[in-house]
This record gives sequence, structure tokens and C-alpha cells, in this order.
Amino acid sequence: MFEGVPIHWFLVLATTMFFIGIYGFLVRKNLITMLMSIELILNSVCINFVAFNKILFPEHLEGMFFTLFIIAVAAAEASVAIAIIINIYRRIVNIDVEKMNEMKY
Amino acid sequence: MIDFSYTIWILLIPLLVFVVTGLTGNRFKPIVTGIVGTTGLGVVFLLSVFTAYKYFFVIDKVDGAFQRLLAFNYNWLNLTDKLHINIGILLDPISVMMLIVISTVSFMVHIYSLGYMKGEKGFARFFSILSLFSFSMLGLVIATNIFQMYIFWELVGVSSFLLIGFYYERDSAVAASKKAFIVTRFADLGFLIGILLLSYLTGTFDFITLTGPNSPAFTSGQGIMFLGMSTMTWSMLLIFMGGAGKSAMFPLHIWLPDAMEGPTPVSALIHAATMVVAGVYLVARMFPIFHHQESALDIVAWVGGFTSLFAAVIACTQYDIKRVLAYSTMSQIGMMMLALGVSGYGGEEGLGYMASMFHLFTHAFFKALLFLGAGAIIHAVHSNYMNEMGGLRKYLPITHATFLIACLAIAGIPPFAGFFSKDEILVATFHHNKILFAMAYLVAGMTAFYMFRLYFNVFWGKDQHYHHTPHEAPATMTIPLIILAIGSTFAGFIPFTKLVTSDSLPFETHTEWGIAIPAVFIALVGIGIATMLYMKQSENSKKISLALGGFYTAAFNKFYIDQVYLFITKKILFNYVSRPVAWFDRHIVDGTMNQFAYVTNVVSDRIKGFQSGQLQQYALVFVSGVIGLALLFTYLWTN
Amino acid sequence: MLFSAVIVVFSLLTVTSRRILRAATFLLFVLVSTSGLYFLLRFNFLAAIQLTLYAGGIVVLIIFSILLTSHISEKLAIPPLTKRLYAAIAAVAGAVLCIVTILQTGFVQKTMDPTRVHIRTIGEGMLSTEKYGYALPFEVISVLLLAAMIGSIILAKKRND
Repeated sequence: MFEGVPIHWFLVLATTMFFIGIYGFLVRKNLITMLMSIELILNSVCINFVAFNKILFPEHLEGMFFTLFIIAVAAAEASVAIAIIINIYRRIVNIDVEKMNEMKY
Repeated sequence: MIDFSYTIWILLIPLLVFVVTGLTGNRFKPIVTGIVGTTGLGVVFLLSVFTAYKYFFVIDKVDGAFQRLLAFNYNWLNLTDKLHINIGILLDPISVMMLIVISTVSFMVHIYSLGYMKGEKGFARFFSILSLFSFSMLGLVIATNIFQMYIFWELVGVSSFLLIGFYYERDSAVAASKKAFIVTRFADLGFLIGILLLSYLTGTFDFITLTGPNSPAFTSGQGIMFLGMSTMTWSMLLIFMGGAGKSAMFPLHIWLPDAMEGPTPVSALIHAATMVVAGVYLVARMFPIFHHQESALDIVAWVGGFTSLFAAVIACTQYDIKRVLAYSTMSQIGMMMLALGVSGYGGEEGLGYMASMFHLFTHAFFKALLFLGAGAIIHAVHSNYMNEMGGLRKYLPITHATFLIACLAIAGIPPFAGFFSKDEILVATFHHNKILFAMAYLVAGMTAFYMFRLYFNVFWGKDQHYHHTPHEAPATMTIPLIILAIGSTFAGFIPFTKLVTSDSLPFETHTEWGIAIPAVFIALVGIGIATMLYMKQSENSKKISLALGGFYTAAFNKFYIDQVYLFITKKILFNYVSRPVAWFDRHIVDGTMNQFAYVTNVVSDRIKGFQSGQLQQYALVFVSGVIGLALLFTYLWTN
Repeated sequence: MLFSAVIVVFSLLTVTSRRILRAATFLLFVLVSTSGLYFLLRFNFLAAIQLTLYAGGIVVLIIFSILLTSHISEKLAIPPLTKRLYAAIAAVAGAVLCIVTILQTGFVQKTMDPTRVHIRTIGEGMLSTEKYGYALPFEVISVLLLAAMIGSIILAKKRND
């Protein structure tokens, strides 16, 4: 049953998730929720890669490997981001993104 | 064909001295700059004498006339195919003669300045600008084309400005230098328009072409009339305007008396012997064209005659010795212009031309001598005014003797130089126009009168009480005086008619005793009146001046010409021309710029919100931009 | 299909929920569903990795940081309407653009090929140095992880001021 799923479904799904993630990034005030939105975006990209790999190029495995690396990088980036957030929290006891506006005119 | 290319050094040496001393003058002791400048001019003097000797006596004449040689003609700027500005050296009788005059007087002034300017603060600057002036004046006289002459003309004006304003801390000196520069610059405007008109009509700047036998100047520009005179006449008149400004002819004479604010050696060099004769030289250079335009030449003669009379009258009333000499210079140059104006062209007809050049030559000697002598007097007494001097003959023997020689020369007493040259002028004028002759005759008498008035007031009269005993000038100052005195005495015997004439052909002449004897007679009358009034201290002079009343006051105030000029500039020009222009500049031109700045300010104030520091705003803009571009490229670009 | 629906719904909830911890939980559900999707695509190894790293590691990290930095029980403020509107417009516009493009593109192969991938192939692929080998990225990734580790430790260190 599952074999007949055409590729567009996967792509549309990935796109939707991507743009939901963008919406979340633009709307949320808390830094950590912004980070969660970013994870959503990355995840959507992973799905995209995997879908392309499986359906268009069944013999090669590039998509999968790429996805592996994306996951690894996402992990690293999330940890660094958390470290920064903790640092900011220590300075101003607040992680509201609107309060972080020192690079302005 | 003898090679004259070494003459380039006559020009280059003063220029090099100027540059070197200008840049390094303050590093060495002042005397070093003085010696460098003087040596440079000494070399130039020797080169000029050598050139003159070779030119007049060694090389052959062509058709009996002296050749006009181009030692050097470098094509500098090509304006069109045929019209080009060259830089070069033209040797012809008048330019070689002027070389001698300029280098001699300049050399004497350099030696004199070693003594006169000693201890002055700007000693090195003085010598470097003197060299600049020598360079410019030498360049002016050996110019091959009128544009080169114009370039050096302006350079001479600049040097004069720098030297008049030498004591720049004095307001009067600064004002005088500005006045000189502005008046001569205004005259040069006419000169430039004249040059452009002339070159437009004839298609060339070159002197040899313009004044040769088949000059295009004789044929072109005759048809079009403007205000009753042809275009060629207008261009000649405009060129003469430039010359009139430089030579202090009426009404552009106002700068010359004020120029006496400069140091005395400057007055001797520039305003007596060399720069002020530039105008006369210009007319002499363009003489064939002037001669062709009758009306232009007439105007030259009348302006010259009127100026000489006018200046002589004023000179009789002045008390500042340098101003008396300044007006005397104006008067003598007027005589030179007059002589040129009444001259014909070719052979015997060209007597006026020859007389004018001869007078230029001798005048340089005795006028420089007079000024340098005045400098020695001022140096001894520390005052410029006649009424504070008297009885100086006991204290300044050498100055006294040389000054007396110069006065006799300028009065026209034989056998001194002035007699011969002035006599020729009177002869030429007599044969042309009797009214002008009467004016010239009167001027000769008045010249004798005011010069001896000066002489007696300074050297005779009552003994004043001086602050300290006046001492004779040092050797560096008296030696030039003596040399110039020798020149004034013997220069009259040089056979000018063989050397410098209107068409370069020598001719014979003899002294016309019918004119010479009355000339000497009126000179003696003038001297006699002066002796009666001034030799002994008396009240006669004051009684005469009171009797003349209003006329005397007018003459004393230089006929109020300065006030007229001030009125014109202040009331008319400033109010009606300068004020609107200034208003326009301030409000419209500056206003536009200010508006630009204001608008920029306002706009930037409004859009600085883009840099708010809000991360999400940045991200929003970014995402929207990407989507917008994607839309654009996918659907709207129908490439 | 089910998974897709789940993913979409939960992701929406993640970005709009008012309590942080609930948002984190919804994120967890999203990631788990993605992993399920991978299983269906017969990428077993990848699915396992996703579960371990993403769902297990990152979400746990996020929850830790939430506990460290904010008041858990506090409700997050609703962002102002203008901000939501602009963001929604941007997101929707972008989504529409992409979806339209996708649907219009003709893909060569439309459906999936149900062959399984052996773990052995993956292992060989990862460490081989030939044309399709991934040895170099493997090494680079390990360096990157090292750097990230060191970086976060230094950044989050307590300063002895």
C-alpha cells in the first residue's frame, strides 16, 4: 500500500513543515521556541533528501548519507545555541529576543 | 650663421636662482642668497653684453638691415593647424637692447640690495622674487609671439605684486600691491581680448609674421566697422590698453604712486627702468601694425602726451621724494609713448621710433640712478619727506654727486644722456603735430623744474636737525650709483640711429639745432626758477602755491582721480553688481546644497528604523525578499 | 499518510502553543513521526539514528535548557497581530509558490522502489575512499563535533569574575 505513494506528497509535506518552521521562527518571542522552529526546518530538509533519494535514485545512497550528516550538524548546532542562550540568560535574566537589540543604529 | 642658442641661459639662470633660493633660502645665512642672486644676474649681464656685441657688430646684416633671429622656437601648444603658441627667443635690435637694459639695471639693483636690505627679515625672499622678476622681464622682451609675451606679462605682474607687498605686515603696502595687481589685471583683460581679436583676424600669434612686410595684419579686419573704427584698430587699441595699464598711462596710472610702498630697490628696478616700459616695448614691437592703423597710433600719441603733462603737473606739488620720482617716471614714459605715436615707419620717417627707444635706454639709467640715490637718502635720514630734509650735501658726497648727474640728465642738459634722447623726441614731435610739440616742450621745462626742486630741497636749503648724523651709504650701495652715473653721462653718445630703428635699417641723422637750443633753454629756465625758490630757504614757494589756489590743491591731491575710482567701485560696482551676485550665491547656490543635506538628513532619520536590532524583523525581511525574488524569476521574467 | 497528518498537526501545534514544555513535547512527537516515515521508506538505519540523536538527544537538551532558563508554568505571550499577520503572509506565500512549482514539475520516477538497504552497504559507503565514499566527511564531522563540544563548554562556563 505504501509503495504507491507518489513523490509529491513527500515534497509537499516537507514544504509545509518548512514554512511552518519559518512562521514559528518569525513569530515566537522565546529564544528556545525559536530554536525548536529551526529544528523543524532542518527536519523538513531531511525528509526532502530522503524522499528524493528513495524514489528517484534507488541505487545510490547520497541522500541518506547527507541526512546523516545533517542530523549530526543539527545536534552540534543545537548544543552551541543552547550554550549561547544560557550565557545570555546569565547576563540579562531574560531570553526574550526583542530585548536583544544592541546591534542597531 | 652664428649660433645663438646659448641665449637660453639668459632666461634659465634667473629662473633657477628663483627656484633654488625660494626653496632653500631660509636654511642658509641670508648673505648666501644675496650672493647667489647677484652672481646669477652678473652672469646674465655678461651674456647679454656678449649677445649684443655679437648681434650688432659681428654678424652680417641682411640687405643692410639687422636680421631678426630666432635663437630658439619650440612649438608648445597647437591650437589649430596654423595657429600655435610657441616658446622661443627672438633676437632683434629692440630685444637685444632691452636685454642690456634689464640685465644691467637688475644687476645694479642686486648689488645695491645687498647693502640696502641688510638686516631685513625677508632678505632671502627678496632676492628670490627679484630673480623671478628678472626671469619674467627677460622672457617678455625676447618673446617670439604675442602669446608668450602675454604669459610673461602676467608673470611680471605677479612679481611686481609680490615685491610691492614685500612688507606685508603693513596695511598700506598690502593695499598698494592689491591695487597694482588689480589695475594691471584689468588692463590685461583688454590686452587678452586684443590678442584674441588679432589672432582671429590674422591667424597667427607670431611676431615675425605679424610685423613682416606681407603681414596678414595689413589686409584683414579692414572691412568690418564698429563704432567708426575697423576691427583691426580695435584690436590694436585693446592691446594698447594692456600696455597703458602696465606703463601707467592715464587713466590706468593710479597704481604707480602707491607702488612706492615697496622697498626702494624694487622701485628702481620695476617701476622705473623695466616693468613700466613694457607697455612702450609692446607698442614698439607691434609698431608696423600700429602704423598701419592711423587712428590707433594717434590715440597712442595723445594718451602719451596728456599723461606726461598731467604727471608733470602733479610732480611739482608732491613732498614724498619717491612719489615725485614716480610721477616723473609716468611723465617720461608718456614722452616715450608720444614719440612712438608720432613716428612714421622706415628710415628718416621712423625718427620717433628710434627716439623713443633711445629715451627708454637712457631713461633706464638715470631713473634707476635717481631711485637708488633716493634710497641712499632715505637710508641716511629714515624719512621719505622733502620737508624733513635739507643740507645733505655735506653728509652724503657720493650720493650728492651722482644725484646731481642724474638730475642734469633728466633735465636734458648736454652732454648728459637725457639731452640727446629728449632732443630726438622733440624733433620727431615737431614735425608731426604742433600742439603735441607744445605739450612736450612744456613738459621738458617742468621736468627740469620739479627735479631741481627735489634736488635743492634735499641737498641744499636749511640744515635740519637730524636725530643722528646722516652717514654716507656703504660701498655696496654707492658702487652701483657710480656705475649708473657713468652710464647716464656717456650713454647719449651711442649711435642709436645705426643700431635700433623702425625697420632695422640704420640711417643717418644730425642734431637739429633749431629744436635743440630752445629745449636746453627751457630746461635752464626751469632750473633757474627752482634755484630761486628752493636753493635758499624762503617763503616764496609757499606764496606761489597760495596764489595758485584751487589748482594747486587739485594737483596736490593728484586731481582726485583716486577718489573717482573709489566712488565708482564702492558705490556703483559694489552696490549694483556685487551685492546681487553675493545674494545669489548665498541663497541659491548655497541654499541648494543645504537643501540636499537637509533632505538627506530627514530621509536617513526616517529609514534608520531598518537597523533596529530586532532579529525577527531581519528574518522577515530576508524571507520575504527570497520569496519575492523567487516569484520574480519564476513567473514574471519572460526571458 | 497518517504520519504526514501527524507531522503537520504537531508541527503547527509546536509553533503556536503557549506553554513551552508542551511545545517541546510536540516537537518530540514530530521527530518521532518523522522517524516513522523513514521506517516506511525502508531506511531503517537512518530512522534509528533519527530517533537516537534527534528525538533522544536534542529534545532532551532543549528540555534541559528550558528548565534552566525560564518559568515553566508561565504562559508565553501571544505575539501582536501585525507580526503574526506578516509572518503568516510570508510563510503562506512561500508555501504556495513552492507547492505549485513542485506539482508542476514532471518527475521521472513517481513511486518508491521497495528494496531494502543493507547496513553493510552503508558501512562500506561511509568509510570508503573511492568515488562514492564518505570517509572525508566522516572525519570532518567528527572534528566539527569536537569543536562544538569544546565551544559550548567554554561558552556555558561559569566565569569567576
